[in-house]
Amino acid sequence: MTPWSAPRRALPAVLCLAALGSTACGGASAAGAAPGGPITVTASDTACELGRTAFTAGRNTLDITNTGSRTTEVYLYAEGDRIVTEKENIAPGLHYELTVDVPAGSYVVACKPGEVGDGIRVPVTVGGAATPVAADPAATEAVTAYRTYVQQQADALVPLVQGLARAVKAGDVAKAKALYAPSRVPWEAIEPVAEAFGDLDPKVDLREADLEPGQEWTGWHRLEKALFAKGSTKGMVPVATQLVADVKDLQSRVPDAELTVASIGNGAKELLDEVATGKVTGEEEAFSHTDLVDFAANVAGARKAFDVLRPLVERSDPALATTLQQEFRDVDHALAKHERGNGYVSYAKVDEAQRRELARVVDALGEPLSQLAAAATR
Amino acid sequence: MTDPTPAQQSGPDAAAGTGLSRRRALGLLGAGALGAGVGVGVPSLHAGAAAPTTRSTVPFHGAHQAGITTSMQGHLHFASFDVTTRDRAALVGLLQRWTSAAAALTAGRELGVDGALGGQPLAPPEDTGEALGHDASRLTLTFGFGPSLFDGRFGLAGRRPAALADLPAFAGDVLEPARSGGDLCVQACADDPQVAVHAIRNLTRLASGVAAIKWAQLGFGRASSTNAREATPRNLFGFKDGTANITADDTAALEEHVWASAADGASWMAGGSYLVARQIRMLTETWDRTSLTEQEQVTGRSKGEGAPLGSRRERDAVVPAALPPRSHVALAHPSAHGGARMLRRGYNFVDGADGLGHLDAGLFFLAYQRDPRRAFVSVQRALSRSDAMGEYLRHTGSSLWAVPPGALPGGWVGQTLFA
Repeated sequence: MTPWSAPRRALPAVLCLAALGSTACGGASAAGAAPGGPITVTASDTACELGRTAFTAGRNTLDITNTGSRTTEVYLYAEGDRIVTEKENIAPGLHYELTVDVPAGSYVVACKPGEVGDGIRVPVTVGGAATPVAADPAATEAVTAYRTYVQQQADALVPLVQGLARAVKAGDVAKAKALYAPSRVPWEAIEPVAEAFGDLDPKVDLREADLEPGQEWTGWHRLEKALFAKGSTKGMVPVATQLVADVKDLQSRVPDAELTVASIGNGAKELLDEVATGKVTGEEEAFSHTDLVDFAANVAGARKAFDVLRPLVERSDPALATTLQQEFRDVDHALAKHERGNGYVSYAKVDEAQRRELARVVDALGEPLSQLAAAATR
Repeated sequence: MTDPTPAQQSGPDAAAGTGLSRRRALGLLGAGALGAGVGVGVPSLHAGAAAPTTRSTVPFHGAHQAGITTSMQGHLHFASFDVTTRDRAALVGLLQRWTSAAAALTAGRELGVDGALGGQPLAPPEDTGEALGHDASRLTLTFGFGPSLFDGRFGLAGRRPAALADLPAFAGDVLEPARSGGDLCVQACADDPQVAVHAIRNLTRLASGVAAIKWAQLGFGRASSTNAREATPRNLFGFKDGTANITADDTAALEEHVWASAADGASWMAGGSYLVARQIRMLTETWDRTSLTEQEQVTGRSKGEGAPLGSRRERDAVVPAALPPRSHVALAHPSAHGGARMLRRGYNFVDGADGLGHLDAGLFFLAYQRDPRRAFVSVQRALSRSDAMGEYLRHTGSSLWAVPPGALPGGWVGQTLFA
């Protein structure tokens, strides 16, 4: 359950500040210069005067002059006194320019003569939408391509889950068991995006071990236990109906998912984390043992992320692109050994040595893959 | 001895310690005095103690047990025991032997009349000997009673404190029975791992026929601090851990949050505390592949300074509302738990590998508190539900202990319970 973008929506601009020019600000998400020119800040011993208190979202420059007799500090706070940017140690008479990317919202500029206390505080408002910077066409293309992929997966998910639900409603245990694992494949491929809608993931993908006492259990794994451990669909019709509604909800919300080059790269890394901590250990599909189906879907999703970011990586770190290509191939080969028909062998039949081998290739891919986001935004 | 920090270890108890090498035990209770009749390796009187050292010993006796507020030593050996007898007198005898042995070990003395080398050549030595030549290394031995001790075997069913309520199941727990629970525990902390291991080994030997070791945990590189003057140590995620911990000099916080009081219901626990021990596996491999920004967002503090995100200094006030809502620090903050706090003194561990090419490593979480229902349970409920760090953690072991008050000279640990 990694929050990817949605639960942190309040923060991305601040993240950008913290890591200007690094991964969080990469690609098409950076903001352009706001119009209106620099904002003068005249900091004296008794006053904090701003040229204007209405800023425009995007890049702003504070043009600070200390006209007082004491060393001062200037802060820009977001709500809750979260520091957006600051400059300490501005000696009397000195001039300093502070450049910052700010999203719309309410802020406070504080001058702190003598560098003590809460300072002289001036509320400011930042309005309007950030002017997008002339985006890197390759980055825009990558984001667009990945968004299309995510939507395709979400669209494919709905009929698969509807098919599973029909089998459950018909009481056809054998058919429902056969449709169970395939119905999860598109979900597993785009899991980090889907998980960003924090309320959805626990409803559809919670494992029994992750339940809180007293919590109602819904989603795939509830069906899994009924079908595979009990061999029954008894009481499962409402669960299946709810699952259909939830994946439809996902389908309708995917267009709102916040996607950047950095989030796509991090999502690939998270997919491999999922494989390493949930699938290789056999924890994910405790009753159906269809872990390798999820495994393959996670890898496919990560592979897609790499494919769309590849032109960016080729530009900044061609050696990494070569390594990733090789490691993906090794994972594919290791997985292929366990293919059976249209799917994979039961994970219960994969012995310790084979599991170790799978863990080895997953880790060998996971390590360079963790460099993807940084390389693609460089 | 509420605060046996090194600087304060010059009291009368410390003076009972000996020089840099081990000397034989000057036990307070001989086997005959115990009446328990299980006389293996009982420490007893041996004349001729050498000049005391004050640097390396932490006083054993006192109103509170040592090893709680004691400035954290570098190493841990924690052991859980099953009581294997149904004989209450034998159990009492064990507690008396352990008390006597603990007083000797923490003073840097060998166990028994004849120690490691002075006995009959045809008899096994009373002290196992691996601590010969090591000083006391600030060894503390802290004893606790698990909920299962109150199940009726020993006539204690009516004496179980309400605060010793079984911990509930938490979402995401993957507890292994072989790493959980137990009737008795001993927490050995020392600056020298050999000394801590020696203590647990010899106490285990003294328990022969009465209690058997159930599981044990070695820990290193203290992952918390109980001393306000020390730099905050780092856990295996590389982050400072325990910035907001209760420190030994914060008497008011200790009274409010750590020490049990007679008014809490179980008068025998007055001056004691409750210990929650959790083995928390840290999935270091996936954590290490996480960007610095993400690591900080998950934690809620910066990695270098340890400041709350958006603040500058480690000790700046934590304002949960200003942090990412699912960050570890925001969720665990006392303001979300009725102000409840814990004294943490956990250690890092590495227990080899997991068979899948990953380290079996993590944090052995130890937290002392006045009432786990209001402190640990409240915090862990919130964390298990929402903590962004949760996907890098697995709770694999769990135990809960009533840690009775300390023993005064001539007394024994647990006396208030069995008296």
